Amino acid sequence: MSTTAFVGDRPRPTIVLVGHGMVGQRFLEALAERGLTATHRVVVLGEEPRPAYDRVQLTSYFSGRTPEDLSVTDMEFIAAHGIELHMGDPVETIDRGARKVTARSGLTVGYDVLVLATGSYPFVPPVPRRDAEGCFVYRTIEDLLAIEEYAKSRATTGAVVGGGLLGLEAAGALKGLGLDTHIVEFAPRLMPVQVDEGGGAALLRTIEDMGLSVHTGVGTQEIVTGEDGSVTGMKLSDGSELATDMVVFSAGVRPRDQLARDAGLAVGERGGITVDEQCRTVSDPHVFAIGECALAADGRVYGLVAPGYEQAETAAATIAADEASFTGADLSTKLKLLGVDVASFGDAHGTTEDCLDVVYSDARSGLYKKLVIGRDGTLLGGILVGDAEAYGTLRAFTGSVPPIAPESLVLPAGSGGSAQLGPSALPDEAIICSCHNVSKGTIRAAVTDHSCTTVPEVKKCTKAGTGCGSCVKVLGQLVTAELEASGVEVDKGLCGCFAQTREELYEIVLALRINTYQDLLDRHGRDGARGGDGCEICKPTIASIIASLAPTIGASGYVLDGEQAALQDSNDHFLANLQKNGSYSVVPRIPGGEITPEGLIVIGEIARDFGLYTKITGAQRIDMLGARVEQLPLIWARLVDAGFESGHAYGKALRTVKSCVGQTWCRYGVQDSVRMAIELELRYRGLRSPHKLKSAVSGCARECAEAQSKDFGVIATSNGWNLYVGGNGGATPRHGDLLAQDLSDAELIRLIDRFLMFYMRTADRLERTSTWLERIPGGLDHVREVVVEDSLGIGEELESLMADHVTNYRDEWAATLDDPEKLARFVSFVNAPDTPDPVVGFVSERDQIKPDLPLLSIGTRPLEGSAQR
Amino acid sequence: MTLAPERTSLSVQVRLGEDWLTICDLARLTPGRGVAALLPDGRQVALFLDRAGRLYGIDNRDPFGGAAVLSRGLTGTQEGRPFVSSPLLKQRFDLVSGQCLDDETVRLETYEVRAA
Ligand code: SRM
Ligand SMILES: Cc1cc2nc3c(=O)[nH]c(=O)nc-3n(C[C@H](O)[C@H](O)[C@H](O)COP(=O)(O)OP(=O)(O)OC[C@H]3O[C@@H](n4cnc5c(N)ncnc54)[C@H](O)[C@@H]3O)c2cc1C
Ligand code: SF4
Ligand code: FES
Repeated sequence: MSTTAFVGDRPRPTIVLVGHGMVGQRFLEALAERGLTATHRVVVLGEEPRPAYDRVQLTSYFSGRTPEDLSVTDMEFIAAHGIELHMGDPVETIDRGARKVTARSGLTVGYDVLVLATGSYPFVPPVPRRDAEGCFVYRTIEDLLAIEEYAKSRATTGAVVGGGLLGLEAAGALKGLGLDTHIVEFAPRLMPVQVDEGGGAALLRTIEDMGLSVHTGVGTQEIVTGEDGSVTGMKLSDGSELATDMVVFSAGVRPRDQLARDAGLAVGERGGITVDEQCRTVSDPHVFAIGECALAADGRVYGLVAPGYEQAETAAATIAADEASFTGADLSTKLKLLGVDVASFGDAHGTTEDCLDVVYSDARSGLYKKLVIGRDGTLLGGILVGDAEAYGTLRAFTGSVPPIAPESLVLPAGSGGSAQLGPSALPDEAIICSCHNVSKGTIRAAVTDHSCTTVPEVKKCTKAGTGCGSCVKVLGQLVTAELEASGVEVDKGLCGCFAQTREELYEIVLALRINTYQDLLDRHGRDGARGGDGCEICKPTIASIIASLAPTIGASGYVLDGEQAALQDSNDHFLANLQKNGSYSVVPRIPGGEITPEGLIVIGEIARDFGLYTKITGAQRIDMLGARVEQLPLIWARLVDAGFESGHAYGKALRTVKSCVGQTWCRYGVQDSVRMAIELELRYRGLRSPHKLKSAVSGCARECAEAQSKDFGVIATSNGWNLYVGGNGGATPRHGDLLAQDLSDAELIRLIDRFLMFYMRTADRLERTSTWLERIPGGLDHVREVVVEDSLGIGEELESLMADHVTNYRDEWAATLDDPEKLARFVSFVNAPDTPDPVVGFVSERDQIKPDLPLLSIGTRPLEGSAQR
Repeated sequence: MTLAPERTSLSVQVRLGEDWLTICDLARLTPGRGVAALLPDGRQVALFLDRAGRLYGIDNRDPFGGAAVLSRGLTGTQEGRPFVSSPLLKQRFDLVSGQCLDDETVRLETYEVRAA
């Protein structure tokens, strides 16, 4: 059909959009992109009081996003395109004969094309008293405002009816508001639509571990109310009663098609306005329906935003007389609440004939991964619970035969079978970003044809990665691979300010004795960066290089001196670790893990006097958490007074040298491991390095101190010490490699001095010794040649650099307490130093404090690498 | 040096409607770092000074993590535009517009700041 059919007698044909939700807004953008806003009058009538906002991220309101933050409507865009927006005025009738709509206010608008984007309404099961005070639904900003107010003023317990995607999200929000939270799900498992039985079991375990109570396989029979008519509980189908102060219904959504029904437009048996592949209603060529209110040509009503966007594009294209069709979409989802990893994609339940499942399940650790594979090896779909790391790649491979065996895709890393499946193996048609339907080919073209060279540029160019964000990782890998393939020299520079690697910068600093950051930036930075302010990547990196070489290059060894203060990572700046609510943790050094009863008492008294939470850490020392910024100097004054020093838990520096009791007490011990651990810890304390450094000393081969999982680990032998290097715990554990055997005390220390200095010189930013050892050319053999055999003849230089460090060490906290100017920064507010930050709050748990923040990690994902401290 | 007395005699002020609220001496700010200030109505502003001596003010609360800590983030410039990176999860915010550089949909309130 051509556009002429829509051009009425009026000079400017009119497009009327009913409903301004996410899909409606996308439709307006698509109209503008096709130039239709110039040729048509566009009128929007919306029921909600505010223009379109990000419903998908609705829950992030509880983690601090304001309704304004959530808006997806750019008012400049609306104005620039002359779009007439009428908010808070729902359409009440459509007169198809006269082609006009009438809104509640009486406003009547004639149309040539009518587009319905009325979305869904939450389904509330017809149980008695479901309208009682304290009953809510979870759909709009207004719903959330009401829930928040009620929860804060009148409730301590909350129940969510429905354990699906939205139900869990709502439950996460209630939990975040501090309520004792229950989930009631009629099906025998949580998220019944997305996950199967095995996945449900893994998910259940994780959710319960988070302190939510789950009741599956029971229905809600009625709401129980108190004398004043407000909710006090609910009766369940198994005869039990659940006491609760409020109920949030999240039992699914239904298309809002009443307006269309009243106008005589065809709707499906189970609701939804029936449309064809062009999103035009089957009943009336002048009327379209898009988004959650539409029953698509494939017989489905889509409850996700990505298919709605596609429908919006299709409708706009059709109105512009372009070819477009919507024939169906993928139902992949990744849960974005509570920090639980849950993802399902493609044919997750294995409905395709003759398909096979490949399952890996470990219910104890809440892991469940299932892939559905076709007879010919095609990946059809899958479910990931507990670890959705591979989601981006797997989703993109769906519909094709992956180049490696499917088993190896679900087995955990390190179990022998696991293999990495890189995105380079993907076909061009593979969809990388399903929110915006962007294929690998399009992303490659962005690099090759549109000369994008960074992920942000590709995001802007293709829209990929700007929806739910779950594809950003794969996107980054693809962009790098494509740049490398097309011969573009991939920038190995540290950041946007420096074209050199960390190693090169280290050499420059050392050789030219450069001892200020500004000097380095202005002389050796990239052209555009010289004279500027640097960035959050290079500042701490350079600060660390300057600190590790301080005595040699003539810089101050104290990290908060002069310019250096401004460069340090936030934690180093306050000499403490920032916690989620803005308070800090305090970790004094306890060398080798050895501590006197008096020392323990002092720590206990300080923690008690300041009301801090105490915990034994995983590295044999004591953490005191919950200190306000202005309390740090007071706490440290007492610690320093009692002989404690900074433990550098905040720094990229030596953390601890753990020990076992060793020969002194243990019947198996062959050397004094505690003495050696203390000696090593005191020697390397305060040493700033590319990443944190950890060590341990065990008194015999039984290895109770776990030295082989450390950056440098020492194990006693009857003849001396064995030195292991490159061990790592953490996410990718690695056993250390034996560097040298049966060393004397002096030999041991000499080799460690050289090893550490060589690592500090050549490693990348945030590269642990384990990854460094695997990366550098020649690997362990090369390191052994340099460190043990001194093949480069730099052994002495490395040792003397370390000697400089050892002689110049000063405790940072003692130095800070001595300097009133430095202390001035430890205030809550520069203009109200006596007022504590009201956002820093605590509640009690198991007789101690814990942070009180009305938030969970909902809707927000840490940026890549942000966990690196 | 002649600069020092001049610097200390100036104070940092934040604009509130028609009025300018005096916060502290300019000397309290280190170039490249921030401080937090409390407004009479309970809002918190993160104030920053850059290398060139320009002042910026944005809402102190990290919209992703919820804690009021943006004043403690690291600052920098990207394509000539100043930004701060949150100490919690590292999202960056333009100091002039308040726009989050890692998430188009998030923008912070900004404040006019001057040295007077
Ligand atoms: C407090 C503590 C947990 C505890 O309560 O026991 C802890 C807490 C944190 N660890 Fe850890 N780790 C703690 C022992 C460990 C250990 C065990 C050990 O040291 O023997 C490991 C495994 C050993 C290892 O590092 O190889 C460990 C491996 C990690 C990793 C992963 C490192 C890796 O190479 O993969 C990170 C993330 C990172 O650094 O990038 C991390 C990061 C963190 C961060 C910085 C996460 C963050 O960004 O907030 C936590 C900061 C706590 C704070 O604010 O004070 N933490 N962390 C432990 C402090 C020990 C101490 O006294 O200093
Ligand atoms: C908490 C939550 C989390 C979600 N998470 C995800 C997710 O992770 N991924 C995902 O893909 N999807 C998610 N969704 C679903 C997603 O939000 C919807 O698919 C999307 O919003 C649909 O857009 P729409 O424009 O079709 O409908 P809506 O956004 O509902 O917009 C319809 C608008 O039309 C208005 N309206 C209705 N009738 C009239 C009338 N007669 N006159 C005028 N206006 C009218 C409504 O008030 C509404 O403002 C989530 C939804 C919720 C509630
Ligand atoms: S490592 Fe050996 S010496 Fe140390 S505690 Fe264990 S058994 Fe005893
Ligand atoms: S898949 Fe959601 S943003 Fe790409």
